[in-house]
Amino acid sequence: MNTQSSFPTISALSDTWTLKDYWGVFKVRWGVGRFSYRVAPGLYALGTPGEETPVFVTANYKLSVDHLRRALRGRDAWILVLDTKGINVWCAAGKGTFGTEELIHRLQTTGLRDKKGKKLLILPQLGAPGVSAPAVEKATGFRVIYGTIRAKDIPEFLDSGLQATEQMRTVTFSLLERLILIPVELKGLIVPIMLLLSILSLAGAFLAWGISFLGSSPISLKESLSLSVETFFPLIPAGFLGVILFPILLPLLPGKAFSVKGAVLASLGLIAYLTVSHTFLLVPIHSLLFKVVPYIFLLVSMVSFLALNFTGSTPFTSLSGVLQEMRIALPVQLVGFLVGTVWLWIDLVTKRGIL
Amino acid sequence: MDRSCYKKGYPMSTNRTFQYLKGVTTLRFSRELCISCRRCIEVCPHAVFGIRNGIVILQDRDACMECGACAKNCPTSAIQVRAGVGCAYAVLASKWFRTPGWFKKRSQTDSCCVSADELSNKSPCCGGGGCCGS
Repeated sequence: MNTQSSFPTISALSDTWTLKDYWGVFKVRWGVGRFSYRVAPGLYALGTPGEETPVFVTANYKLSVDHLRRALRGRDAWILVLDTKGINVWCAAGKGTFGTEELIHRLQTTGLRDKKGKKLLILPQLGAPGVSAPAVEKATGFRVIYGTIRAKDIPEFLDSGLQATEQMRTVTFSLLERLILIPVELKGLIVPIMLLLSILSLAGAFLAWGISFLGSSPISLKESLSLSVETFFPLIPAGFLGVILFPILLPLLPGKAFSVKGAVLASLGLIAYLTVSHTFLLVPIHSLLFKVVPYIFLLVSMVSFLALNFTGSTPFTSLSGVLQEMRIALPVQLVGFLVGTVWLWIDLVTKRGIL
Repeated sequence: MDRSCYKKGYPMSTNRTFQYLKGVTTLRFSRELCISCRRCIEVCPHAVFGIRNGIVILQDRDACMECGACAKNCPTSAIQVRAGVGCAYAVLASKWFRTPGWFKKRSQTDSCCVSADELSNKSPCCGGGGCCGS
């Protein structure tokens, strides 16, 4: 079979992952080099495809190509890699780079457009927001079929004569799928959270230091800074709750709006803290409650905001829903945050007889 | 996915549990224009459309996440939806904050992933598997 003659520029792809591929997955899950993890766009051959072999289309995010070629293990296939600037299929489809134009253009430049025999394109289902199948069919003469959402379902899809079950056609958001997101979420949010707490501490420290000169016993800047850090850094658990625990507990938290779910989680965290302090550390409940009130405002608004932020990572929140939720949640979060912050600053200034 | 949970009705893996706010979607479906080609059923990741007696019906409107796949692939424009990405960060970055010049080129639409282009190695949001991570 002279399969390669009609398409001049084809590289062969392997259908197995090497250690390097696994290491690459680990790195991108931690966000390392995620936006330069690419494959050159173009046509690739898996095995020894011929004129009757269908064409599988994917994005040039290396993880997308890797999952596809592994799912097609032991089969012959053409793999057409679109230039999506290194972004995965679903996101690129939302942006339009995994799109009608790019697909038609790529079919042309690779010479695939003139393919004889079976003209069948199998697209990933999640590429559909960017591609108009009727338009592609009209422009190229190829028949377009959307495959499954997950690459791992492709063998079953092919073996059953290109039939996908409803389960293969619907997105899930299982515990594992949520856990995978945590490293990248953590990496992206640690710095902003620490920065915020540092700014609040610094501002509080200067405030207490400056005001202490009005009173009878001025304190050193160092002392006011350590007081201020003591006041604000107990809020670090807000990051833990919002970034790690929230994705894990998402389906169990009551409410539909993410900001509400986040507020509930923060309240549960506070109750847990109070219970532990009271029962095990024997702190009297009235002194606990008095101390904790400003933290309630801050913790609830921060975790609620982090929860709202997580909408971008889920596969089921809609733009209309997010807009609706934000209209109410953002002002409430902002007020809660300001009340808590000002309260703690006042606490700080009145502490240890500064004033 | 662990389907054993599904059978027991455990909330972890049913899609219903992950339904977002009700009655907000901009999805519009015209029964008159529809030719029941089933393309929408093929592309929808939330089984919003279904078949009854051989014709396509809107079976679970509130599950719609407005990804726009159905409208984009409908040959008769029987489906309309304001497509976008349900990402609070992207909405903040693109709509409510004043966009600084260096950021402008990166945030022309609502989609968070949109902003992750060659200009920068940093995405403004997107931890996401739903979104940019997967």
